[in-house]
Amino acid sequence: MSALLSLRDIWVEYGDKIVLERVDLDIEAGSFVSIVGPSGAGKSSLLRVVLGQEVPTRGTILLDGERLKPECGPDRGVVFQRYSVFPHLSALQNTIFGLECAKAPLTARLFGGARRRAMAEAEEMLRAVGLGDALHLYPAQMSGGMQQRLAIAQALIKRPRILLLDEPFGALDPGIRADMHALIMRLWRDYSLTIIMVTHDIREAFTLGTRVLALDKRRHDPHAPHRFGATAVYDLPLRRRADPAPSEEAAAETSQQNDEEEVGNG
Amino acid sequence: MRWVNRHARRGDRIFLGALPILLLVLLYLFLAAQRHAANPMDKILPLPGSMADAMSVLLFQKDQLSGQFVFWADTLASLQRLGIGLGIATLSALAVGLVLGVLPPVRATFGPLVTAIAVIPPIALLPILFIALGLGETAKVALIVIGVAPVMMRDIAAYVAGLPREQIVKAQTLGASSWQIMIRVALPQAMPRLLHAMRLSLGPAWVFLISAEAIASDVGLGYRIFLVRRYLAMDVIIPYVAWIAILAILMDAALTVASRRLYPWAHGASH
Repeated sequence: MSALLSLRDIWVEYGDKIVLERVDLDIEAGSFVSIVGPSGAGKSSLLRVVLGQEVPTRGTILLDGERLKPECGPDRGVVFQRYSVFPHLSALQNTIFGLECAKAPLTARLFGGARRRAMAEAEEMLRAVGLGDALHLYPAQMSGGMQQRLAIAQALIKRPRILLLDEPFGALDPGIRADMHALIMRLWRDYSLTIIMVTHDIREAFTLGTRVLALDKRRHDPHAPHRFGATAVYDLPLRRRADPAPSEEAAAETSQQNDEEEVGNG
Repeated sequence: MRWVNRHARRGDRIFLGALPILLLVLLYLFLAAQRHAANPMDKILPLPGSMADAMSVLLFQKDQLSGQFVFWADTLASLQRLGIGLGIATLSALAVGLVLGVLPPVRATFGPLVTAIAVIPPIALLPILFIALGLGETAKVALIVIGVAPVMMRDIAAYVAGLPREQIVKAQTLGASSWQIMIRVALPQAMPRLLHAMRLSLGPAWVFLISAEAIASDVGLGYRIFLVRRYLAMDVIIPYVAWIAILAILMDAALTVASRRLYPWAHGASH
């Protein structure tokens, strides 16, 4: 099995509080991993560790067989629940930012032909997420769903090896959320993405994921609940990569079936 | 209807806002007239006529000694000191605030120093400045800078450090270096805050300007007020104070307009 991302014996501790213990994971290229679990089970900590925002107390993380540097980098894109986009930049400027950083180390701005090429690329990306008509809007002028679309476009333009989603649709209305599910499924297929998504919506986890990880504590000490950390207590592979993913319209309906047939498999 | 729900219409607001000012002016005129009825030579509450006479001399007649129009020379000198002082303070606040806010090691190293300087009462440093820099323009500008800059630095540093962590992480996942985060993420977002900090600093800046001018100067609005105080020349002092108020209001309004024009995204309005 060729794993794109491997976590080996990851522990995260804050003082004497253990958040994650002995997390061993291999994530294959092209998979869509949903992480669920109760509040405080370390879902977001795990994501921050993979992101490089947080350094695990113990353990190693390998991306493509190489150890990850303990800081964020352009090989891992991220979309948070909020504050993922820059409020002082328009949609187009937000999307170009990643290209500008790579090509202009000193000014972080592009000019002339390079700028036109970057703008064309950014426009295409914004169209892919359905923001073709909102190129010059500022985030404050956008709805929550549009801001998350922008955050996704911003991340994807860097072609990250892994896209990390931290409750990306948690703050959205149910209708908008269904649209966003369809969008992320389409992008996942079209761009052959590898996605790790943290969510507290179990239905969402099973609808979208090819694999669902449930984090929780294996052991519980009632006198010192903080001394045991969480780990992946369930690891459910759902449909295989080769299987046709549900079409955008059917995404919502298939969730029910997925729940039934794949839980059986797992 | 509850008072919290009563909103004045636009026309009414102007009227309501002007009302207390008008009442104060009327009260002043009433008291001044009363005093003048008792003593036509009263200097404490001059009537508008004598203020206009006194000011027209300063406004339109060249001073015999200096050959300048006193009022305009005072205004120019004061505005120049204020502008240079506030300008230096603002630029240094932006640079220091950004570096302190974005880079944790720099914050750990220099944050306490900035705090320590900020808590020193600037007026207490005035003698040191006069001794070190002489009685010229430098000391006056330096007083404004020292009085205003540390507070602005701390404000900008705290604001930048308080930007959502998600933004800084996101920028890194887009490949941004520390420098790029500073100039493309932190700097633009600090600008509206900087203009706001300038507005708040205008008050203290005027205080330090007037103090410095009162103690050692030969021209300036503050100098003039403290000079003519010796002759109880309220007919000059009151118009000068009113003029300082007008200048301060204009600067404040200009900064507000500039912030709305330059950084519409920071004001939540449609662009």
